[in-house]
Amino acid sequence: MIEVYRGTWVVAYRELLRFVRDRSRIAASVTFPLLFLAIFGAGFTNVVGAMTGGVDLIQFMYPGLIAMSIVTSALAAGISVVTDRQEGFLREILVAPLSRAGIVFGKTTGAAAVGLVQAGLLLAIAPLLGVSLTFYQAVKVIPIAIMLSLGIAGLGILLSSFAQTQQGVQMLIQLLVFPLVFLAGVFFPVDSVPLWMEILSKANPVTYGVDAIRQILLGADIAGLGVTVFGHIMTLGNEVLIIGGLAAILLTAAVWRFTRKE
Amino acid sequence: MVEAVHLERRFGALEAVRDVSFQVSAGEVFGFLGPNGAGKTTTINMLCTLLTPTTGTATINGFDVVADPTEVRRSIGLVFQQPTLDESVTAEQNLLFHAYAYGMSAKRRKDQIHRLLSLVGLWDRRLDSVRNFSGGMRRRLEIARGLLHEPRVLFLDEPTLGLDPQTRRRIWEYLTELRERDDLTIFLTTHYMDEAEHCDRVAVIDHGQIVALDTPDRLKAQVGGDVVTMSTPLPEQAAEEVRRRYSLVPAVDGTTVRFQVADGDKFLPDFVRSFGHPLEAIALRRPTLDDVFLHHTGREIREDENPAAPSGRLGRRWRRR
Repeated sequence: MIEVYRGTWVVAYRELLRFVRDRSRIAASVTFPLLFLAIFGAGFTNVVGAMTGGVDLIQFMYPGLIAMSIVTSALAAGISVVTDRQEGFLREILVAPLSRAGIVFGKTTGAAAVGLVQAGLLLAIAPLLGVSLTFYQAVKVIPIAIMLSLGIAGLGILLSSFAQTQQGVQMLIQLLVFPLVFLAGVFFPVDSVPLWMEILSKANPVTYGVDAIRQILLGADIAGLGVTVFGHIMTLGNEVLIIGGLAAILLTAAVWRFTRKE
Repeated sequence: MVEAVHLERRFGALEAVRDVSFQVSAGEVFGFLGPNGAGKTTTINMLCTLLTPTTGTATINGFDVVADPTEVRRSIGLVFQQPTLDESVTAEQNLLFHAYAYGMSAKRRKDQIHRLLSLVGLWDRRLDSVRNFSGGMRRRLEIARGLLHEPRVLFLDEPTLGLDPQTRRRIWEYLTELRERDDLTIFLTTHYMDEAEHCDRVAVIDHGQIVALDTPDRLKAQVGGDVVTMSTPLPEQAAEEVRRRYSLVPAVDGTTVRFQVADGDKFLPDFVRSFGHPLEAIALRRPTLDDVFLHHTGREIREDENPAAPSGRLGRRWRRR
């Protein structure tokens, strides 16, 4: 058990150390969602105008952008594993007295921590962009952010076991980021899109992460902007269960794959 | 300290390691000598828990590599053939990570990092990023890291591959010092003959099998005496004379004839006086591990190397320096 615990914190510590030393990555991780906000926000606000319930587009998109930055930074856990393998450092980790599960937990926890830092930065600058939120709302986002990043980081590590090179895993991840993010109701309410898109979006677990954060920031009664599944409007509780379950499944699968492969 | 019993590893149809058995006692320097692809790294990977043996067992410090990998990992330090440093951080941070991973206490961490960085001459560079280190500095840092948690056995996979002779000599100075001070067991693989000379015992491995295992001196004694090399304008005829008159087994390579003979220094004066063919040069030397490999496999160790490496006569001369 001690090997699981030590593996988790040692590997997570290193992930954070690498993130902190990589200034360009920190800058890019915050700029990227803001770029989306600027382009989509400016492009659509005048066309779309206010949405149902007096919510404007920036307010609607902002929770989605937080989820988006969590998803992208969590998937990077997969890139990190392949980079370590390519640079040889993975062998140093594998031959240390750490459990394989601990190594996977460390990579995912590290990615979750990075995702959390980014989400925190986005929450901190939200008031400057006209998105009002209270401190209590921001705190409530944290557990959602953690569960979402753990699950998606598990997915990233799962993917890393199918790719040989850093370029390979980057392509795989890019291929996955687009549907995961664009079909998650970040930019438009999933109840008001064409049917094929609605089905894909509702099958995408990230949708419920986005909506959970949105319900926390905009309130539960965002009429017409929530997610309806088989006539049932998803509550925050439902969505926490989905994200939590997803995290458990993906982490287990990642540990299983990693232990078998390495 | 290290024991392998009928160790085998297959990759599909390829038998990388075939029925390898040996024992290494505490404090011994044990070498695996063989060409690239002979199964050296595969064996090390099995001993270090990175690869599961197909059949056979191995124990390190009394722990089975399959049943008790965590205890095995705690007992060993590793220096890999390819670099395994984290280039994005400093030398000291690389060691710190290692210390955390092995659960070392704060005091021991501090003492050991200071002791080992000083030993390998990198204490002054501890705050520099590994990215700016030369190949020799990286290898020295890896050795320091491999020894940080005070392992009982240090595994070195081609520890001086690609390093210049001066750096190779320095690394061996460190290893000798460590061994004398800490009673460390060292297990290394190499295809450098001079490096194998540092070992107490050498296992000659070829095509996944151990073909000979003994001290370097006794291995050389098995070859059957000293090596005589002569240059002559008529190599075939000269070889025939050696074969006929002395019942020896000469080998011809260009204008060079080579053969082995017991007590070469007594043999040579008579031989030169009475030899019937013209001689341009003649040399006598003690057998090297190179000759041992040739003796057991019929090939020179470098023949399996990639073509970019020095080959043929040049390569041999270079190796014997």
